Amino acid sequence: MFTFTPEDEKQIEKIVGKYPVKRSALLPLLTLVQRRDGYISPEAMKAIGGKLELSPAYVQSVMSFYTMYHTHPTGKYIILFCHNISCQLNGADDLLAYTSKKLGIDVGGTTKDKKFTLHREECLAACSGGPMMRVNDVFHENLTTAKIDKILDSLA
Amino acid sequence: MKILFKNIDMPGLTSLSVYEGQGGYQSFKKAFAQKPEEIVEIVKASGLRGRGGAGFPAGLKWSFLAKDVFPRYLVCNADESEPGTCKDRELLEKNPHLLIEGMILTSYACQVGTAYIYYRGEFQHAADLMDKAIEEAYAKGYLGKNIMGSGMDLDLYTHLGAGAYICGEESALLNSLEGRRGEPRLKPPFPAVEGLYAKPTVVNNVETLSAVPWIISEGAEKYAAIGTEKSKGTKLVSVSGHVKKPGNYEIVLGMSTRELIYDLAGGIRDDNKLKAFIPGGSSTPMLPADKVDVGYDYESIQAAGSMLGSGALIVMDHTVNVVEATLRLSYFYMHESCGKCTPCREGTRWMWQILGKLQAGIGTNGHVDKLLDICDNMSFKCFCPLGDAAVGPVASSIKNFRSDYEELVKKLQGGAVSV
Repeated sequence: MFTFTPEDEKQIEKIVGKYPVKRSALLPLLTLVQRRDGYISPEAMKAIGGKLELSPAYVQSVMSFYTMYHTHPTGKYIILFCHNISCQLNGADDLLAYTSKKLGIDVGGTTKDKKFTLHREECLAACSGGPMMRVNDVFHENLTTAKIDKILDSLA
Repeated sequence: MKILFKNIDMPGLTSLSVYEGQGGYQSFKKAFAQKPEEIVEIVKASGLRGRGGAGFPAGLKWSFLAKDVFPRYLVCNADESEPGTCKDRELLEKNPHLLIEGMILTSYACQVGTAYIYYRGEFQHAADLMDKAIEEAYAKGYLGKNIMGSGMDLDLYTHLGAGAYICGEESALLNSLEGRRGEPRLKPPFPAVEGLYAKPTVVNNVETLSAVPWIISEGAEKYAAIGTEKSKGTKLVSVSGHVKKPGNYEIVLGMSTRELIYDLAGGIRDDNKLKAFIPGGSSTPMLPADKVDVGYDYESIQAAGSMLGSGALIVMDHTVNVVEATLRLSYFYMHESCGKCTPCREGTRWMWQILGKLQAGIGTNGHVDKLLDICDNMSFKCFCPLGDAAVGPVASSIKNFRSDYEELVKKLQGGAVSV
């Protein structure tokens, strides 16, 4: 059963208040739920739609356009590993392969202990610090294998 | 000459008190003593051009707002997603108050009552920092009702996207901000006439809006005196790739690209030979090393066959296989095409597949010609600029580095690879 907590309700009121048209709050509410639950279930889509007077089908159609929303549970830490030009030129492909092997998962996969999900990413605006990855909200730049070990091993 | 990056590394600059200590929020008195239209004229006279990619004159854009139609909106484009570009993130994370000040001034000039900053979804950290800065600005009376007794009201909010390069295109951004799929809109009507919620809307890049406080404080003439005849002021350039000191550099427009690469960015790694550079972000045509003396300004780069774009200089040394680099760029545009129009949706995928064959050593000269044919069928035929952006790297890599393609084709003919 999907429910909003009283704290969520407060947040939702604040978010919806930013816009003259309720529909504008759709992405922020999807993000709110995903940050709480790690993904957005069909029940959550229905509940969010209910708040904004949008059909679940509409919610899903918008949600499916954006790459950051997950429809299934993910790891506690989501790694977005940049592989585009500036990072590629500085060895991102090898480091992504290293990370994938270290975690024992393919790109797109989640570790068995549900700790890490690994994604390949198309540029995260940290080009002069490439190779780089984003782990949840934190950007890590100028990566090396040693640095990747240190970052990932330090996460509880 | 530092305008945007003056004090950028000062500790605590994200707090209002430190920012004010450096002369921040001092432009209001001067601005509010003048009529909004006069502020628009000042920015027009300064020659400030849009720093997001298109380089359209900012003041002129403001003057296109539908007359006497209210409410109006201001939207800051902080969807920085073009490979190579990382300048806005630095401004946003290190100097949020500069953008707030610029947005207040722009809102005054354009008679806007509500403004939004649209961040790409991955910029959660920057948006959190900005929320704190906005809170401080409200507490100080710089936002809200009757700002500093001027009679002007302004509410400013942050808004996060959720992963889509296309939302950097202004009409797609507005759709996304309205809670829709981030697909571009047919133009006209342009946002200045029918933008957010079908109301007159100004959309400007972070760097553009951040330049406004200096122009108001110091005057249009002073800004217009910096740079070249048509490229005025300073520009943030993100230098990445094979240089010793990659980073964001604020330069006076017109500086030679050689100086930018060899002096500011320290030269090529391992003192290798320069092979190619992409001057203005992944969508701008790549240029060969012999163009390195081109002036880094809108007109000179255009004359050299490329564009200044968002100001992202990607440097490649002689070890690079241009086809491999192009394949990666091509993957980007295939991945980010929104799918709304056929030439872009199909063309980007087709180009990526053909480049993949060439890179794998199973391509022919016919494949290279086919790529050029697809480029021709996409150029100016797609619904929005993303299609043209996808053509940029492919067409220019063939034009300037056809020998890299031919080498891979020869591999097949020589029997080195069995199909």
